[in-house]
Amino acid sequence: MDQEGVNARFKRKIAGVSALGAVLSLSMLAQTLRASVPYVCAAQGGVLSEKSGVVNIGLEGMLLSSGLASVAVAHSTGSAALGALAGVGTGAAVGLVHALLVVKGRVDAIVSGIALNLAAAGGTRVVLRALYDSSSNSPAIEAFRFGSEGTSGLSMLVRTVLDPLAIVTLLSTVALVWMLDRSRFGLRVRACGESPWAATSAGVDVARTRIASVSLGGAFAGLGGAALAFEQHQFQSGMSGGRGFIALAAVIVAGWMPGRAALACVAFAALDALEGALQGQSRALHDVVSMMPYLATLLVLAVLSCRESATRPPAGLGKHADSG
Amino acid sequence: MRSRLEADLLAMIIGLALGWLAFSLIVFAYGESPASMVGLLWSGTWGTAYGAGQVIFKATPILFSGIAVQLALRAGLFNIGAEGQMAVASLAVASVGAALGPSVPGFLAVPLLLLVAAIAGALWALGPALLRARLGAHEVISTIMTNRIADALVGLLLGLGLAQKGTVRTPDVAPGARLHRLGDWVSSLQGSAANTSIFVALITLLLAAFLWPRTRAGREQLLVGQNADACRAERVPVARRVTEALVLSGAVAGLASSATVLGYKGYFEQGLGAGAGFTGLAVALLGRGRASGMVFAALLFGTLDQGGLALNATIPREAMQIVQAVVIVAVALGDERVRAWIRRASTLVSKERSPA
Repeated sequence: MDQEGVNARFKRKIAGVSALGAVLSLSMLAQTLRASVPYVCAAQGGVLSEKSGVVNIGLEGMLLSSGLASVAVAHSTGSAALGALAGVGTGAAVGLVHALLVVKGRVDAIVSGIALNLAAAGGTRVVLRALYDSSSNSPAIEAFRFGSEGTSGLSMLVRTVLDPLAIVTLLSTVALVWMLDRSRFGLRVRACGESPWAATSAGVDVARTRIASVSLGGAFAGLGGAALAFEQHQFQSGMSGGRGFIALAAVIVAGWMPGRAALACVAFAALDALEGALQGQSRALHDVVSMMPYLATLLVLAVLSCRESATRPPAGLGKHADSG
Repeated sequence: MRSRLEADLLAMIIGLALGWLAFSLIVFAYGESPASMVGLLWSGTWGTAYGAGQVIFKATPILFSGIAVQLALRAGLFNIGAEGQMAVASLAVASVGAALGPSVPGFLAVPLLLLVAAIAGALWALGPALLRARLGAHEVISTIMTNRIADALVGLLLGLGLAQKGTVRTPDVAPGARLHRLGDWVSSLQGSAANTSIFVALITLLLAAFLWPRTRAGREQLLVGQNADACRAERVPVARRVTEALVLSGAVAGLASSATVLGYKGYFEQGLGAGAGFTGLAVALLGRGRASGMVFAALLFGTLDQGGLALNATIPREAMQIVQAVVIVAVALGDERVRAWIRRASTLVSKERSPA
């Protein structure tokens, strides 16, 4: 083998070792945590919606539309906090539309979800072009900035942990777990999801509970959209890149339990961070890693369906209170 | 049956009316008049022979995926996976087509590649089909997952050697495998990408709409879609019919690759034909499962797709996706409303007739 070939092999080896180092570093942990925020938010949106009995495959569209709204408001007001609020509000509004269409309009939830995703994909481009004369990305914005400036793993980790949206996500996830498990509203939500007929006969207004729950879920997903866009410091069309579907996968893998769903999201986010660390290594490896969450979900679907298990979808998922 | 036709037509009209409203609102927001935009849309599509040819070309893959979605829908299944089934089939067709020798005549190559497309699409649908039929896992979730896996898998296989060296596309398919452009016979259509795959789509539609329901399997799939419990009691093999329906749907979705790979590009690259799977859902919903309705819906969405290009200078062509989304929701909304009206009307009639 000639000298050049040896050199090339040596370089590849070094690159391989440094990639392994990157995998096990603090910056990797920081990347994982940071990447998990949009997933966790969207997954909680999915949990709230589906626990109340409304199928939600529109998480992708919620992430996109709220991402754009948060950047647009942050850009025009100069306030990241207002931007994040706008994202949450937009997510809630999209959730409300989905809930009204499904609960009041009797539109099939899958049809409505597909339409929402389609409208969000097209609508964000239309709005982008109207606002910024570009259908690919918004101008850069200054998002939240706390903690040290450095690029070392530790300072990245500190920045991630101090990020307001990450903190809000963590707190609201804990609150959601408690709420679904212990609060009156949570009990009603679960009743509507398990048996809308029984809930009706117990005096619960199924339609109103579902609309509230799906909208609240939209607000969660909206928070995720804001976090996604703030992380990039701009909005790019199609930037959700399937995260809404991965979040949905996390909900299913977790058996519709919010705490477990958050953990599944962190696991999927670690794959994301791994993908990032592998960038420039091998395209094939990158593709294989990006398939993992979906393959894992298929596997879990198969295994869970095989045996009668505690982790199953809400029994009244997709059922109306006054039918069947 | 008359009232069903009326209900379908009403739902379609409601869908189109709200779609038109959405279009007008977007046009107003951009400070243009809807009339002038429709003029532009018309001249970019049906106004010229070239434009009409392009509409036919755009309508072909979405007609295929519309038929695919409908074949699953009548068995009570939602095939969201047409998108991935098309991608995998396109890659398979392009790769097999490229491997064929240049001397293979068209009458052998084309049927062979159509078969490859159908088999590849069917195989990609088999996983979700078995998960649904044997284990009861919801096909919407599993087909969403297989779509994303298809996306990564196609990239992976292209990178691993199915693509030409140094490019992101497959080599050209054998010349015998290329479908004729309609412009080869009708000179005014020259330059447009309309090709003979539209005839394959129309034949598939006729078979699916008129022959398939008359076969035992086709009829039983419809019954399973209506009431699986009753079918079980009647000893209909429910699991088998469910599997068959989703696999058949995948096969038809795979055929859509004939329009893009064999009729248009002559090779496959990632993203070719993307989006047609989801538009197929819109076609099936707007077409109300009727052959004529699906042709109309495919042409409508083809027109919006092609017309969007003509409008792109003034209005982003992605605005057409919003119109499409509104039409989808409005048809579904209208369908439910119309059915409620008919129910109410029929109960009123029966109350008047029967003494209280």
